[in-house]
Amino acid sequence: MRAVGWEVVIGMEVHVQPTTRTKMFCGCAIAPLNAPPNSHTCPVCLGLPGVLPVINKAAVEACLKTAVALNCEIPRHTKFDRKNYMYPDLPKGYQISQYDLPMSHDGHLEVGERRVRIRRVHLEEDTGKLVHAGDRLHKAWESFVDLNRAGVPLMEIVSEPDIRSAEEARDYAVALRTLLRTVGASEADMEKGQLRAEPNISVRRTGTTELGVKTELKNINSFRNLYRAIDFEVKRQIEALESGHDVVQETRGWSDAEQRTFSQRTKEFAEDYRYFPEPDLPPLELDPAWIEELRRALPELPEARRVRLVSQYALPLHDASLIAAERELADLFEGAVRAGADAKPAANWIIGEVAPGGSVPTINQLADVVKLVTSGSITRDQGREVLAESIRSQRSAGELVAERGFAQVSDESELEAIVREVIATNAKAAADYQAGKKQALGALMADLKKKAPNANPKMANEILQKLLQ
Amino acid sequence: MTLDPTHLTISELRHMLDERELSAQELLGLHLERIEAADADVKAFLRLTTARAAEQAQAADRALRDGTAGPLAGIPMAVKDVLCVKGVETTAGSQILKGFKPPYTGTAVQRIFDAGAVMLGVTNCDEFAMGSSTENSGYFPTHNPWSLDRVPGGSSGGSAAAVAAGEATFSLGTDTGGSIRQPAALCGVIGMKPTYGRVSRYGLIAFASSLDQIGPFTRSVEDCALILQTMAGHDPLDSTCADRPNNVARGLHDGVERIRLGVPREYFEVKGMESGVRLAIQKALNTLEAAGAELVDVSLPHTDYGLAAYYIIAPAECSSNLARFDGVRYGMSEQDAQNITEAYMKTRRKGFGAEVRRRVMLGTYALSSGYYDAYYLKAQKVRTLIKQDFDDAFANCDAIVSATSPTVAFPIGSRTQDPLSMYLCDVLTLGGNLAGLPGISVPCGMSDGLPVGLQVLAPQWREDITLRVARAYELAADMRVEVALVD
Ligand SMILES: [Zn+2]
Repeated sequence: MRAVGWEVVIGMEVHVQPTTRTKMFCGCAIAPLNAPPNSHTCPVCLGLPGVLPVINKAAVEACLKTAVALNCEIPRHTKFDRKNYMYPDLPKGYQISQYDLPMSHDGHLEVGERRVRIRRVHLEEDTGKLVHAGDRLHKAWESFVDLNRAGVPLMEIVSEPDIRSAEEARDYAVALRTLLRTVGASEADMEKGQLRAEPNISVRRTGTTELGVKTELKNINSFRNLYRAIDFEVKRQIEALESGHDVVQETRGWSDAEQRTFSQRTKEFAEDYRYFPEPDLPPLELDPAWIEELRRALPELPEARRVRLVSQYALPLHDASLIAAERELADLFEGAVRAGADAKPAANWIIGEVAPGGSVPTINQLADVVKLVTSGSITRDQGREVLAESIRSQRSAGELVAERGFAQVSDESELEAIVREVIATNAKAAADYQAGKKQALGALMADLKKKAPNANPKMANEILQKLLQ
Repeated sequence: MTLDPTHLTISELRHMLDERELSAQELLGLHLERIEAADADVKAFLRLTTARAAEQAQAADRALRDGTAGPLAGIPMAVKDVLCVKGVETTAGSQILKGFKPPYTGTAVQRIFDAGAVMLGVTNCDEFAMGSSTENSGYFPTHNPWSLDRVPGGSSGGSAAAVAAGEATFSLGTDTGGSIRQPAALCGVIGMKPTYGRVSRYGLIAFASSLDQIGPFTRSVEDCALILQTMAGHDPLDSTCADRPNNVARGLHDGVERIRLGVPREYFEVKGMESGVRLAIQKALNTLEAAGAELVDVSLPHTDYGLAAYYIIAPAECSSNLARFDGVRYGMSEQDAQNITEAYMKTRRKGFGAEVRRRVMLGTYALSSGYYDAYYLKAQKVRTLIKQDFDDAFANCDAIVSATSPTVAFPIGSRTQDPLSMYLCDVLTLGGNLAGLPGISVPCGMSDGLPVGLQVLAPQWREDITLRVARAYELAADMRVEVALVD
């Protein structure tokens, strides 16, 4: 929302699970979502006495690829630190994270017209999960600890507070996901918890520069809810301030059921995590040659692709932005064009039909339908039906068109015979048109569609006008 | 005179085993008898692993017959209670881990087992290796075999006393600030702390991760080299364990001709240095000089700050390392609590002893925001200066020699009321930990009827020098580690 007189300031903390076979500091495989509790654990991730962490190189590589793609600076030296706090889901009593020398810092991501600065991208380990018997934590009579997720690698991507609306926040998260998938750093599936976005939000009077008191939002599990939660929170903060109340610095959760944020934890005093360098892991020297190699091996990034879609296919910037924002769509677009579809109609089909739909056709399915509609062989409505059916049944568009008798009549003499018949049965409407009532043409066309649903409407319209002159 | 096998060295026993003068099972039987006779007084062992020992001895006899015996086949040994052994109760000398049986064996111990050694049991130590007398054990104090009313030193007091009392041919300990070298000195045996990173710490219940190292107690320098060689080397499970050559026994018998031994003035002026100790060390230095070594004066100017830096860094790391003992997954768990915080507090208050609680609090304080720079960071800067001191000293000498402990074994109970006087026990050893150096303690005579230890420190990764100097002393002084408490 855009509240008059207020400016919204949002920074994002995004936790991403990089694609690795094993955990961050041990050899345990990453547990699938339905794995039995504690089935993917070992002495290291259980935090038994005497065990030591060993860095997962694949996680470091995924983090560096992400950092390079986000235009970050990569230092020569980085290190891990211990973040100390006690909680049953944290088996060692500390989380291995990065404090003052992160894996990378000072990058940026272009989101539409906005450049969002990236403060840092660092690596850490996830915690386990608590399962409470009973509905509320403070009423639970028993709690269970599942450490399957303990020690799973996480990249933390922290932005500067450069985001100015809920839409931008959502677009930022989507752009990040596309980037992560493009470079192969993460599947970044929000529903699977592979991408967790935690926005911190404040508002201030337009024209002022001092930051307002911020709240941090947690447990948001979809891009839609990210938008809704921020939208709700912005309204709540503005309402509070306009009615003379304060915004309290706190962590707030998002309730999907109630579609509102609620207070989780007030930060009256900052928790003291007593960070210090992890003595079990020597500092990491990042070889610039390795970074350069990663940089060279990067695929085309969404930002570059957007620019290319405009120049190579003459797409409007808006279309190119929408398509480049999702790698799958961009691949579909370029594939369909290569398969013979015209660029602008292919883009229209993707933006208008595929993107809002959810199920994505193969390149050939889309290309066939676009070609049939562009050439006038079938109508747009028929094209929609054919596309949906070919996705569902995996049958070819040509086959479906023939089966349903969708092929349009585009033969001029055949069409002329139909049009003459329409004029004959609608003599009054024809006379009205000839007398200057242009809207009478609509009635004639409607009857034509009824008599001959397969008639090429554009050609039929032209013939009708010619005969009535 | 027939030699009692419980008094012999590994190489002597190995000869007897190879010559079939004795079987591994007989050797085990003799040691179990010795433990039966002596340990009621010494209390070196927390628990025996007799069934495992019988299996290992049987396997050793088989291997000796088949000609597949490893270098330690049939040799009876003991393991400090901080080293995890699969299925064997391992408690770090603490009530909080009572009943805990690790599901895995640490790397160093596994390598000893793979070489054929026979594990007799688990030895006593100060709780979580925090102490210099083994009086902080959560179970009972260990007694010095040379004088039962005195401490054996610590924290690896049980391991030192077991070797000194003829209960084990060798044993394993850990050294964070002197916890191998100081009890070795006080019990009259050889004890060595390797270079930080020489031996894998995987399976060592951490006290202070950047200082801890596993090392042996033995009756000869040659044995010491053998055990170190067996344990040392790269381990993919410990990122701080170096991947480099481990020829620690290189030049072991080459003597000290033209070796320059640095004598640090500050190490002879420490508070509480006993004159008897000073005298024994002076005599040892004369012996080494007579054997061809050159004595040179060196200076370690930041020695006075070492103790302070150590007692910030070690507690800081321990405060974090010990956070995992929360009663949730293993060990003691006090569940009569209203919430998780209360359960943590009850478990930890009951499970940890006073010294452990003191250090956890010291460390927590030193890492707290607002104090971090003044304490932890400053201590790390001092640590760098101390490393620099050693680098400067080693520019002018090959090894540094001094007393291991400023005093001989002190009476049980005499320092427990004064933690600072206890901390002073480590003043000559902890510099080696702060700088990550290898160091050995070899017996060099007696003072008031109690053993004195000579410490030899060398540059990082130069265990060969410490061992060579120690071996030269052993030879020149005709020193033989004696078994105490002989009836
Ligand atoms: Zn694991």
